Amino acid sequence: MDSAMTTNTLKLPEKATKKRDWIETVFHLLFLGCAMVGVLSVATIAWFVFHEGLPAFQQAGISEIIFGREWLPPALFGIAPMIVASLISTLGAVIIGVPIAILTAVFLAELAPKWLANLVRPAVELLAGIPSVVYGFFGLVIIVPMIEVLFHIPAGNTILAGIIVLAIMILPTVITISETSLRALPSTYKEAALALGASHIYSIFRVLIPAARSGIYTGISLGVARAIGETMAIIMVMGNAPAMPGSLLEPARTLTANIAMEMSYATGIHASALYSTGIVLLVFIVLLNASLLYLNHKRSH
Amino acid sequence: MLNRTQQDKVLLGAIWASASITILFLLWVMWHILSNGLSHVSWEFITGAYTRIGEASGIWAMIVSTVYMVGLSLSIAAPIGIMTAIYLTEYAKPGSKIVKVIRFCTESLAGIPSIVYGLFGMTFFVTTLGLGFSILAGSLTLSMLILPVIIRTTEEALMAVPISYREGGYALGATKIYTIWRLILPSAMPGIITSIILSIGRVIGESAPVFLTAGMVTQIPESVLESGRTLTVHLYKLTQELFTQSEWDQAYATATILIVLVLALNLATKIITNRYNKVSH
Repeated sequence: MDSAMTTNTLKLPEKATKKRDWIETVFHLLFLGCAMVGVLSVATIAWFVFHEGLPAFQQAGISEIIFGREWLPPALFGIAPMIVASLISTLGAVIIGVPIAILTAVFLAELAPKWLANLVRPAVELLAGIPSVVYGFFGLVIIVPMIEVLFHIPAGNTILAGIIVLAIMILPTVITISETSLRALPSTYKEAALALGASHIYSIFRVLIPAARSGIYTGISLGVARAIGETMAIIMVMGNAPAMPGSLLEPARTLTANIAMEMSYATGIHASALYSTGIVLLVFIVLLNASLLYLNHKRSH
Repeated sequence: MLNRTQQDKVLLGAIWASASITILFLLWVMWHILSNGLSHVSWEFITGAYTRIGEASGIWAMIVSTVYMVGLSLSIAAPIGIMTAIYLTEYAKPGSKIVKVIRFCTESLAGIPSIVYGLFGMTFFVTTLGLGFSILAGSLTLSMLILPVIIRTTEEALMAVPISYREGGYALGATKIYTIWRLILPSAMPGIITSIILSIGRVIGESAPVFLTAGMVTQIPESVLESGRTLTVHLYKLTQELFTQSEWDQAYATATILIVLVLALNLATKIITNRYNKVSH
């Protein structure tokens, strides 16, 4: 009797432990399964984009697509004008937007009175969240007519309009991240520079900005990614003509606009050509991230 | 050549000029939209049906579509994203191969331009899976797009929970899942809610992948298998045909509503973070 009871009392917790272990395993697997959804998503997207884009590359040839200047589906699939338009509009936005954004970040982190910084910072964060169609709308009703008046051209839907709208759109991203990395610097950096007799401004440009470089690079690369991936705002202000633009005051169609405008009715090889447009866009994003890695890697040595 | 003091003055001027340009543009965008739009936002406009050319045209159908889209995308992405974050912070060995693979894939998802999601969603969800242009196809596409946001923000919130909470839980004999459920998740809740608010903003703001997958029908969708037009897509369509004054007014009013929504979401995040900071100090 006695021994039977002891085994019984011993068995119960063992059983309970087993059940508990079983529940633990189930949850572990559930969490792992969910973590795999992201992996699966990337794999599916990559497979689909390449699988659908390859026929166009095979039929027209890589160089015909990338260097071809005529976009006349379903005969000619040259996307060189779109590549140029995407690169020029992004580059323009970076040239105008990034210096302004970095200096504004310096202003917020170093120079602005506290009350002003506390007003401007939330406003900048708010602007990061405003939908791109709203920026596109603003560009359409303000920037486009302004360009018509300033340059005496009949249609203001030009690359220049796209550049200005993109420059405004990347400001919040670059400002927020640059400011965070400037604020994250140990105060000793600035103190040491000031103690050595450097002026405040000199220490900002020679010590603080270089020290916060990796954060600023990250901010810039996110801004570039936003600019090159932007679709709707660009469609609304850039005119979307698929021809090689001759100047900044001509309309142009970016890679993203090409996909968005034609995907809803494209079939067969035409749809495939839009996928290959997407592949080219992805290649740019990969190159962008690789150069960011390279820059930050070089710095750490 | 300029001497040091002059250089400083030039640079200082550049900083002030840049900050002024930023503030000026930001105020200009907001002021232009709000001043032209606020007077046209009325109860009739919000709850009215869309008639292409009537004075009494409203956006109720777009609001309903947007709400469906937000609700459905989040109910797909939030559980998956949160559980992924739990796996990454609580279960996986830091630095192990599987963590690296998952991290790489989440980062890649975050880097893919939204138009490529639209391209993929249209071919995969709309055509291959046969969902057609529908709220469901749109939500599935957007849930992939917001997944990285939810994972990253939730992960940060989970990592901020002190290790002593976990140790305390185990020391009291609680199982791992009980510790996660009763100790770690509740204290990470403000961060998790922030991640959800961020993704609501993302879903409301997207337009290109939405019209490629959910279409742009201006009716109230009766089920998730029907097409619907979200507010951003509606604003885009309105700007393509700005002829009459009423169409201009509608466009401004729609843009105003979008800005007000983003403002409300931002305020909600601020309130949650402030309250959380107060509690933890």
